[in-house]
Amino acid sequence: MEFKKDRSYSKSHEWVRELVADEVEIGISDFAQDALGDIVFVNLPEAGDEVEIGTPFCDVESVKAVSDIYSPVDGIVSEVNEELLDNPAQINEQPFESWLIRVKKIAKREELLSAEEYEALVKEEA
Amino acid sequence: MMERKTPLYHCHTECGGKMVPFAGFLLPVQYKSGVITEHNAVRTKAGLFDVSHMGELMLSGTDAFENMQKILTNDFTNMEVGQCRYTLLCNESGGIVDDLLVYKMQTDQYLLVVNAANAEKDEKWIEEHLFGAVQFENRSEETAQIALQGPLSLQILKKLCSEERLPQKYYTFKKEVPVGGISCLISKTGYTGEDGYELYCNAEDAVKLWNQILEAGEADGLICCGLGARDTLRLEAAMPLYGHEMNDEITPFEAGLDFAVKMKKNDFIGKSALQEKGERTRMRVGLKILGRGIAREECAVFFENKKIGTTTSGTHCPYLNAPYAMALLDREHIKPGTLVQVEVRGRMLEAEIVELPFYKKGQDRK
Repeated sequence: MEFKKDRSYSKSHEWVRELVADEVEIGISDFAQDALGDIVFVNLPEAGDEVEIGTPFCDVESVKAVSDIYSPVDGIVSEVNEELLDNPAQINEQPFESWLIRVKKIAKREELLSAEEYEALVKEEA
Repeated sequence: MMERKTPLYHCHTECGGKMVPFAGFLLPVQYKSGVITEHNAVRTKAGLFDVSHMGELMLSGTDAFENMQKILTNDFTNMEVGQCRYTLLCNESGGIVDDLLVYKMQTDQYLLVVNAANAEKDEKWIEEHLFGAVQFENRSEETAQIALQGPLSLQILKKLCSEERLPQKYYTFKKEVPVGGISCLISKTGYTGEDGYELYCNAEDAVKLWNQILEAGEADGLICCGLGARDTLRLEAAMPLYGHEMNDEITPFEAGLDFAVKMKKNDFIGKSALQEKGERTRMRVGLKILGRGIAREECAVFFENKKIGTTTSGTHCPYLNAPYAMALLDREHIKPGTLVQVEVRGRMLEAEIVELPFYKKGQDRK
């Protein structure tokens, strides 16, 4: 299992990558995709939608179950990864490349974990 | 509650099975290759399932047959030794207590294979209704069950056992068949919509049998499969599952299981209630989800803004590569081709009523 060091992580298993000032990319962690199993659908929001800390902005469907993906920031969706609509399995194959949304105008962010801290959390949960 | 382990528990963990609690047992939901790979292996090659959690109840004695006729919905009059028969166990009001498979072992001896989650309930129910000269015994603890399913099943099993010793016809079985030196009861049955076999052996022989079959099938692409694939396979083949398409409030007719209920035979538990109920008002149907998303169980189904029923189970069907669901709907809206809406987490998804099953054996990918 991989815990990329160039990201920060939420306790609900999303990763966050800083793009430029005031814009981030959000995806789900390797641990999360592995726990979900084969992903077959992603319901993404639209550019311009507002996202809010602790509120689901998207759901990811595996064969087994549906899971909400929570936003770790308050902001506006600047872009969604439409490639995933046609190829949701990419999230299983490359969880760190498969960003779900990009968010700009970030007003607030939740306290995120470093890769090391997140790895420790996952080990505790496992 | 402490979950029980099947005799194959360590085989699963060694192969990377993700263990989850299910019906009181710890069982693999999937292995490393994942549900989709496991599912498609069964459709195109073969898959091996541990189904040791199923319950085995043995009913014997001179009145065994009469008890079967009274307690179960199917008719066993013309059943021969070596045949299997699907049947339902109904309550007094015509609802379903469980669905099960009956094996006629001898003239006065029947093996009943029941759902793990219902095993205790069934045993108690049957015991309470027994009469006359019968013995009733729970053999679940000492019995292991392994399902080998898929088009290459015979080819694989032939490597461990002479072909003449195997059951030839669907829904028949043979006893005391040596498979790699282990004595098994083998039936040509399954729950995947494919050809295949179910093998019963003594619990202490299970690991050896499992490993021998896996090894024999390796070159043919046989892989172990978990509960996840078991569920997607049965759903794709539109096989009903207790607790979803059936429960103690759903009648066999509503579930579309008329073939397993013989209203012409003498009285059986639930018969008069089923007669009184008359025409069914709702029916189990198939839904193909056209919108983006997956309808799982308990989703409301609408036709022209009116609620006409609820989904009973649904998922993305890996071989057909599309989401499907089963639902119990008002009878007036069940014509194939009808467009309905399914409410999934606050969104309305378009769906079409389609014929069951979604997948038929040997069908090409859609």
